[in-house]
This record gives sequence, structure tokens and C-alpha cells, in this order.
Amino acid sequence: MLTLISRRMMLVIPNLIGVVIITFLLTRALPGDPAAYFAGPAADKQAIEQIRVKLGLDKPLIVQFGRYVADLGHLNLGNSLTTGQPVLTEIKNRLPASAELTLFGLILSMSIAVPLGILAAVKQGSWIDHTCRVVATAGVSLPVFFTGLLLVYVFYFLLGWSPAPLGRLDVFFSPPPQITGFYLVDSLLNRDLSTFRAALSQLLLPGLTLCIFSLAPITRMTRASMLAVLASDFVRTASASGLDSRTVILTYAFRNAMLPVVTTLGMVFSFLLGANVLVEKVFAWPGIGSYAVEALIASDFAPVQGFVLAMAILYVLLNLIIDVLYGIIDPRVRLET
Amino acid sequence: MAKKKPTKTEELLRNSDKSLPLLDVQDLTVEFVTRRGIVRAVQHINISVAKGESLAIVGESGSGKSVTSYAVMRILDRAGRITDGTVMFSGIDLRAMPENEIRDLRGREMSMIFQSPRLALNPIRKIGRQIEDVLHQHAQVDSGLVSEKAIEMLEHVRIARPRERYHAYPFELSGGMCQRVVIALALACKPQLLIADEPTTGLDVTTQKAVMDLTVDLTRERGMSMILITHDLGLAAAYCDRIVVMEKGHVVETAQAERIFKAPSHRYTRKLMRATPRPGVTLRDLLPEEEAKSARPIGHTDRHAAKPLLVVEKLVKEYPRNDARGTLTKLFGPRPAVEPENFRAVDGISFTVDRGESVGLVGESGCGKSTTSMMVMRLIDKTAGTIMFDGEDIGEIPARKFATLPLRKRIQMVFQDPTDSLNPRFTAARAIADPILRLGNGERAFVRERCEELARQVGLPVELLDRFPHQLSGGQKARVGIARAIALKPDLIVLDEPTAALDVSVQAVVLNLLQDLKDSLGMSYLFVSHDLNVVRLLCDRVIVMQTGQIVEQGPTDQVLVAPQAAYTRDLLTAIPHPPL
Repeated sequence: MLTLISRRMMLVIPNLIGVVIITFLLTRALPGDPAAYFAGPAADKQAIEQIRVKLGLDKPLIVQFGRYVADLGHLNLGNSLTTGQPVLTEIKNRLPASAELTLFGLILSMSIAVPLGILAAVKQGSWIDHTCRVVATAGVSLPVFFTGLLLVYVFYFLLGWSPAPLGRLDVFFSPPPQITGFYLVDSLLNRDLSTFRAALSQLLLPGLTLCIFSLAPITRMTRASMLAVLASDFVRTASASGLDSRTVILTYAFRNAMLPVVTTLGMVFSFLLGANVLVEKVFAWPGIGSYAVEALIASDFAPVQGFVLAMAILYVLLNLIIDVLYGIIDPRVRLET
Repeated sequence: MAKKKPTKTEELLRNSDKSLPLLDVQDLTVEFVTRRGIVRAVQHINISVAKGESLAIVGESGSGKSVTSYAVMRILDRAGRITDGTVMFSGIDLRAMPENEIRDLRGREMSMIFQSPRLALNPIRKIGRQIEDVLHQHAQVDSGLVSEKAIEMLEHVRIARPRERYHAYPFELSGGMCQRVVIALALACKPQLLIADEPTTGLDVTTQKAVMDLTVDLTRERGMSMILITHDLGLAAAYCDRIVVMEKGHVVETAQAERIFKAPSHRYTRKLMRATPRPGVTLRDLLPEEEAKSARPIGHTDRHAAKPLLVVEKLVKEYPRNDARGTLTKLFGPRPAVEPENFRAVDGISFTVDRGESVGLVGESGCGKSTTSMMVMRLIDKTAGTIMFDGEDIGEIPARKFATLPLRKRIQMVFQDPTDSLNPRFTAARAIADPILRLGNGERAFVRERCEELARQVGLPVELLDRFPHQLSGGQKARVGIARAIALKPDLIVLDEPTAALDVSVQAVVLNLLQDLKDSLGMSYLFVSHDLNVVRLLCDRVIVMQTGQIVEQGPTDQVLVAPQAAYTRDLLTAIPHPPL
């Protein structure tokens, strides 16, 4: 197991090198002149040129890249031109908000979709199966900003059950001292139940929006994978040796059916990070997605670079985790690598 | 978990009349709901098994033999349903029993072993744990002792080093070893009835013997009853007291094993008997009586012994032992321990095939016979040695290039699985025409005529030419594969177990067809097989391979009657010998 992880870790290195190169080139390929933007509308050609030199944009690409890598080595992602803040600090502040929302949505979705998928497979053709199909199709066909607005309309405007969709925490609460950056976790670590409840009530609607969106792929994949495994020879052996249906379904069938589900989870997580940008807009969530969009519109390439880099690293780590999970589930994977 | 109190069923079982048959199936009918309506897989059959008796159910595919056993165990899939009849087990009506009670019986009173043993085990659970699951379920042992008991079971099925193997996963074990684990699983709770559904299909003949001997020993030792489901009459007669022959959902004959072999009474049994390859018969004897009389006598092709068609000399194929490792891990990873660098699949073999001769290449899985045939076909490259085909060194031509050369026309292949070797989206005619379109020149205009001619040659009704593979039977698909191989009038055909996936009666016909084609077209065959009885019938000469080397070669009669190598003798004795 340890060798699997260490070998897999080694494959992360070239991945990261690639990511660094691509983020650099990508931001250089963006339209718009950062020097002109930074200099402001009143600046003349000479002033722009001065700023270009100051920013190092007059140097050849390879020199710029060298400086970029050296800065990265010092964890320096540059400053945002619009806010003047170091990009690293901004990302540090905003990433937990996005991550908390995405993870919450994913966990919520998994806890509904996986059991639903199993049930649908075991009782194939029953009403559960049909309900599951309808719910999943409906969820994936509605765009997230629509589901988000609908939820806000029903639960905030009509019913008044949920607080105003304005960020991570109601104005009357102060955020818990930062430990993980996840408000739910931090408030619990501080035994501050009222903050926990407030954070949860804010998180519930955007989380639900993401959950509804991601139900479909997870349920469908769980169902399909379960059906395939339930029809396999070893499940027949298990039932022919009289194992009870719980053992057959959970220990024998489900663990084997997990592999494609885990792969899907990885993909769904990346979809959700994308869908996040819209959800954050709808719920005024101070996440990294809205930050990146604003920077992109302003041709502010340091934050964009930082954002792409952060996302890429997140994906690489995510894939690492999935591979390790594979190894835990399936002994054959351990042998191959 | 402590031992459970005896349930109602257990009471019933204990008090049941000892004179009753253990299993009594009366008037059983099983139906399947399919898209094309209701199919009756089993119709009004009667089968009974006495205590301690071993019964074989023999039949070809579609005879309903497996469905019968699933119905007894009540593990039919959701489309299947018992519609009529009774299944009595020790005087208890299994049909009327609620699911949770019959579940207790499965594995504890009656259990099952399956074909393809590697697939029959949970791939990601340690084998020891899988045995434990069954022991736990039926509360046979106190939980503290359960792993000891599982190890003991592994020992019973003669698995060496059971304590280590307890932690093994199925993919780490050989097929034969997996089947032993499945047997351990089935016998762990000391059931009274064991149903073995084609337990040795896909296993080598020596492994088959070991597995069958083990099964019979263990069941006798424990006074159990056994039902062996098989398509192999020889296997059934060698290991069982009584035989039930099934055809298309009906039981056509039930008799003692010797009786069936000496005096089969039903027409179908006789046909099955005749079609089973065995020593002392010719190919024509396999055909049904009426056809055998009308068939031409087997011709004698004169061989030009002076100039062999294929000469293979000191052929070697090596595979690197560890090729799955990526270059990057090689760069960054710790240096792998130095292993004996290469694995020799084929280790310096030499043989010849004359014109018009058919040579059998036999051996067990992993002996290198398929690798050899692939090298002769120029599908893979050799490591060393020469392959001379009609005076030309084809071994030197890279496999990639060979496919487009005109030489390719002269060597063709018939594959093992008639279904998998046909493109599912090609009609039979398109499949047969494929080599003509690719390699034939000048024949394109007459492709259809040529296809029809070929179909007639291989005995495929011309009207079937426009069907897709899934609309054809196994035998018909085999004929399409053969027609495709002879389409370009090759000199040499490599036959890779062409009948292994076919029923015996179909196999008989296909083997005769191959013989006739060889006679009329003057081709040579390199016949790869593990079935010595089939090789005996079709081949002039036999090459016996073991671990990449040739242990013996010579004329068929000589090698199979008076084998010189100990390995050949082992192979021959492992073939089930029915009580004749």
C-alpha cells in the first residue's frame, strides 16, 4: 500500500510541472494588456512602457517564466492589480469557502445518491427504480443557477425557513477562529453550536443546489455498476452458499461496484468546482470562483494564474486520493502499480 | 456468534424419513420470460438422488441441465420461474419454503460449485474471509475459531500452505486452485448435497482430474450426495453412479453409468455417445449413424515428404517479466530488484509440417502452444530461431508488415471462440468476404459468388449468409470462421482449438468438415488443442509441449498409444476413462 502511494506521488511531480507551465502560458495568451490596464486610462504610451518594464513584461517569455517559477518557489503568486492584495492571501481566504461548499454538496449528494442507486439496482423495475430515474434526470436537466434561484424563492421568499442568501454567515455572527477554514468544522472545534447552526443554515441551500445537480451521475453510475456486479458469478456463488442478502449486497456486490462509482465521484467533484462559479454568484458566496471570474474580466492575470494553479493542484490531489482509494478497494490495483 | 438454536427446518430435516431420497424432483417445469415470449427451459422432468449417490446430468447447451440445478437451489434469476412440479429435499417441499428459510439450507444442506472458478469467487476479498462468511452465516463454529476452521477447510481441499493462502486473493491463484477454494466454500458447512455445475470446464485435463478426484473423495468421505452437471459423457460416466440425459428441457434417459455406455436406449443418448471423441474410433464414427454411412471414406492425401511446407527451427519467444512499469517510475522509483530478466514462453522448439499434413500441437495452458501458433501466423515477433514457410524465411518479416504481404493469403487461422472471432456488425457473407476484399486481387467482382461457393463448401445454408453472428448457432458460426479461413485457398491453416466452445455433436460435424476440406483442398493444418482425443482423430502427427519445450513428437498412433515421455503419459491418464 505504501509503495503504491509513494509511486503514485512520484507521478504527481511531472503533473505539477506541466500544470505550472500551462498556467503560465495560458495567462500570457489571454487577450488584453495588463500594463495598459494597470497604468489606468489616462496614462500615455511612455507610462505604459514604464509599467511594462516594472512588471517585467518586456523580457522574453523564458525569462518571465524563470521569474515566475522562482516566485512560486517562494510561494509568491504576485499581487492582484485590482485589489492590491497578494493573490496567495486571497486564495487562502476564499478557497476554504468554495471547498466547504463543494464538499458539503458532494457529501450530501453521495449520501442520497449511493443508497438510492443500490436500491434501484436491487429492486430493478420497481417504483424506487423509476423514482430514482425521474429525480436524477430532473436534477441534471436544470441549470444550477435556476435550481439555486428556485430554492431561494421557495425556502427564503415564500416559506421564510432559510436565512437571506448572503454569504457564509449571517451578519450577526462573527466567523469562528480559523483552523481549517471550514466554518462548520471550525465552529464545532470551538464548541460554538450557535455559529455552527448559523453556518449550516447558510450552507444548506447552495449545498442542496450542487447536490441536486450531481445526483444524476452518481445514482446512475451506482445503479449500473451494481446491476453488472449483481449479475456476476461470484454474487451467484455467494447466494448459493446462503449468505443473507445484506452480506451479498453490501459486502460482496457493493464493494466491487464501488470502483466505477469512485471514478465518477472524482469527475463529479470537478464538475461541481465548475458549477460553483454560478452558485457562488447566486448565493453571494465569497468563494474562489467568483474571485477568478472578476479577475478574468479585468485582465488581471496574477489571480487568474493563481486560481488555475490552485484548481489544478486540487485536481491532481483529488486524482491521487482516488487512486489510493482504488488501491484500498481493489487488491489487484496494488499489485499492478 | 454462538451456535444458533435448531430451526424448524433443522428439526424437520433431523426427523425426516431416512428411506426417502435426499432430493426428489417431480414434474418440474421452469419458464423464462424473455422478449420473445415465454420459454420453457425445463419441462416436466423427474430426477431423484438417493443419500450418498452421485448422479450426473448430461446434455448439450440449451438442454436445461443448469436451469434444473438453479431451480433446485431456488437461485434462478428474476426472469425465471418454477411453474409446475415439486422439489422435495429430505421430505421438505423446497418450492413452498419462504426465502429466508431456504437461504439457511443453501450452503448448509445443499451447496453448489460452478464453472469458471476464478469468476465464482469475490475478486477483492481474501479467500479465507470468503470461507469464513459462509461459516458465520450458518453459525457453524464459534466466532473465535472461525479462521482456524477456514484454514482447516483449505487443508481439506489439499491446498498447500493453507495458512498463507488464507490471505490470498483469487487473482493470485491458478484456476485449479480457485476451484479448490470454491469446493472448500461449498463443503465448509457439511452439506448433504453438492451440485457441481460444469466444475472443470476451462481447466486443463490434469487439473480436471485432480479437481474431480478431490470432489468425489470428499463427498464419499462425508457420505454426501452429488449432482454433476456436464456436457462430457465420459466425465459423467467416470465419476458418477447414475446418469440422466437431458435434451431440450426433457429428460430422455436415466440409467446406471455402465448401462448408458454399453446399451444406450434413447436415440439422443446414442448420438451423444457416438459424437464423444474416444480412443479406437475414426472421425466418421462420430457422426450420427445415418450420416456416417453416406460420408465418403477419409481420403489419403499424398504428402510430398521431400519438401516440408513449414519448417520451424530453434524458435524462442521471450517476454519481459515486468513490463507494466511506467518509464517515469523507472526514472524516479527505487531500482527494482534484479529478477531473472525474461520469461521464456517458447524455449527453442523445432518441428516441420508437410504439405497436406495435419499436425497437432498439444499441451496444457501456459505450455507455449498458443504463442507458437501466433508466431507461425506472424501475429507476434519471435525472439530467436527461424520460421521457413515454403522456402521463405517468414520469421524475419516483422509481424506488422506481414499482414499486408501476399504471403499472408497462404496462412490463415481459425479461432477458438466462434462468436468472439466474428465482427458482430458484419453479416456472415461480409465476414467470409473480408479476406477476399483485403487480400484477394481480381476476385472482387465475384465476391458474392465466391461467398456462396464457400458457404456450400463448409455446409452453411446459403440463405444464412445475410444473417448477423447473433442470429447464427454455434456450429454455424464455426462454419463461417472456417469459410473465412479457406476463402483465399491457403496452404496452411492454424486451428486454435476450433471446437473447444462447441457441443460434442456439433464438434463431430465440424471435425469431419475440417477433414474433408483438407482432403479436397490439399491444405496443411497446425491444430492447437488440449484435447488429446480430438487430436487423435484429426492429426497425422502430434507434438507434445510442456513449459515451452517439446517433450515428444511423432506419428499420432505412436505417441498416443505408446507414449515415451512421462508427461504425455500423465496427459493420457488424466483423460476420464468411462467404465467400459
